[in-house]
Amino acid sequence: MSPRRISRLWRIAAPLAVGAFFLAVWEVAVWAENIPPYILPGPLAIVGSLWTDGPSLLGALLVTLRVTLAALAAAAVLGGAIAVVFSVSRILELSLFPYAVILQVTPIVAIAPLIIIWVREPFLALLVCAWIVAFFPIVANTTVGLNSADRNLLALFQLYGASPFQVLRYLKLPTALPYFLAGLRISGGLALIGAVVAEFVAGTGGAETGLAFRILEAGYRLAIPRLFAALFLLSLTGIVIYLVLDGLSRVLLRHWHESALEEGEE
Amino acid sequence: MAPGISYPVEKGFGGGLILSFRGIGRRFASGVTALEAIDLDIARGEFLSLIGPSGCGKTTLLRIIAGLAEPSEGERRLSLTTDGSGHIPSGRVGFVFQDPTLMPWSTVIDNVLLPFRLAGRVGSAERERVREEIRAVGLDGFEGAYPRQLSGGMRMRVSIARALVTDPDLLLLDEPFAALDEITRIALNDDLLRLWEKRRATVVFVTHSVYESVYLSTRIAVMTARPGRIAADLSVELPQPRERTLRMSPSYAAICARVSNALEVAMARQSQ
Repeated sequence: MSPRRISRLWRIAAPLAVGAFFLAVWEVAVWAENIPPYILPGPLAIVGSLWTDGPSLLGALLVTLRVTLAALAAAAVLGGAIAVVFSVSRILELSLFPYAVILQVTPIVAIAPLIIIWVREPFLALLVCAWIVAFFPIVANTTVGLNSADRNLLALFQLYGASPFQVLRYLKLPTALPYFLAGLRISGGLALIGAVVAEFVAGTGGAETGLAFRILEAGYRLAIPRLFAALFLLSLTGIVIYLVLDGLSRVLLRHWHESALEEGEE
Repeated sequence: MAPGISYPVEKGFGGGLILSFRGIGRRFASGVTALEAIDLDIARGEFLSLIGPSGCGKTTLLRIIAGLAEPSEGERRLSLTTDGSGHIPSGRVGFVFQDPTLMPWSTVIDNVLLPFRLAGRVGSAERERVREEIRAVGLDGFEGAYPRQLSGGMRMRVSIARALVTDPDLLLLDEPFAALDEITRIALNDDLLRLWEKRRATVVFVTHSVYESVYLSTRIAVMTARPGRIAADLSVELPQPRERTLRMSPSYAAICARVSNALEVAMARQSQ
């Protein structure tokens, strides 16, 4: 086997081995110490709960996922648009950016109750909460990207009489793309967190309940294996969102950006 | 930003000149004088090298010629086929930077096509012209490659093709080969000469290599720093077309010695 194949094998095998070892220690500890499942269930009990409660948990997951993806899409579109507006008008950037920061640093848990009161439509209320958490990395990153255009290329565009729109379309937007995608990867995880936090605050406000509420409910009923099963599904969702966005970034940048180059490639 | 660069462009003035500068100076906000009292006439078809130590303002002068920087004082005139709008018409002036300055997200063909795209003309005639220029700089077969797949010398060829694709009257080069190895540099020197001989565009070439400037130019302006001035203006009387064997000839060596000497005198005066 070539060294590169061995290293790829390690990249998959090593974390899997660590995970398997950890789960085995966990199972043995629970069994040996006789820990009751309402304190800490073993991995096998969690898998069992995943099997029995799986279908209903998946339904709840879909509810949460819908909020997450809608918030992420809104963050990408509006965040990108806000960054473009900032890059066009320095005055607007200077006057509005501090408020974007304020929105970002205010804990979502603290303002979620207000949003849920103000926005009557439950889905929309959750969407707004998740969006507030998710949009900032996209705005901040894309703004930096739009201001990072190569100075000599800018001079060249000027020399050839480019209009401001042409500079944006052919120079600033392509320069900003890797920054935007880096922001999007961060926002993917944040949108999920925002959706979960909003659901915690909203409780059963809506007709459909998401995964976060199922976690709360399982906690109240001491159905700890189900709580773990829901938690597992949430983590898995977060990982999948990250991998999808990472893959998207690689596909879009594969021809030119350093971040998308394969290891060992020049 | 107004489309194009505002510049006193005229339809033509006497003596076959393409450019005439009188008393051009440039001071930075910090108070540093980058250029002082530059008088410079450039005739059509000349290959002029600007040579001097770093900090002598040769890049600033080149940017003022291109209209990318404004002089603080003095009078500048540029003779180009103009639409009378007081702007440099798009594509009449080509510029090659020290770095290839390519768009990394675009293929070779899209990079060379840029001047046409910005002029809003992307037809089949323009695409054919782009292919022809890519062939002229020896990159046929690499049309679809991305800049990162090319060597430093090849990237510089793309940059030159982009500057030449609009058939500019004036081609400005800012130390384009400084970052390249000797072998690539000599090859690109010859390629640049062939392209210049074929088209007879006017070239202004910034360099800090005496040998390169003598090999390429018909005329050399030696500059000094603090403040940047033109200290000597030498014409290079060597046979045309230039061949590689010229680099070994006594006449070439003699002119190199003259330019080196002028540079030393200028720098000695500056350090006093």
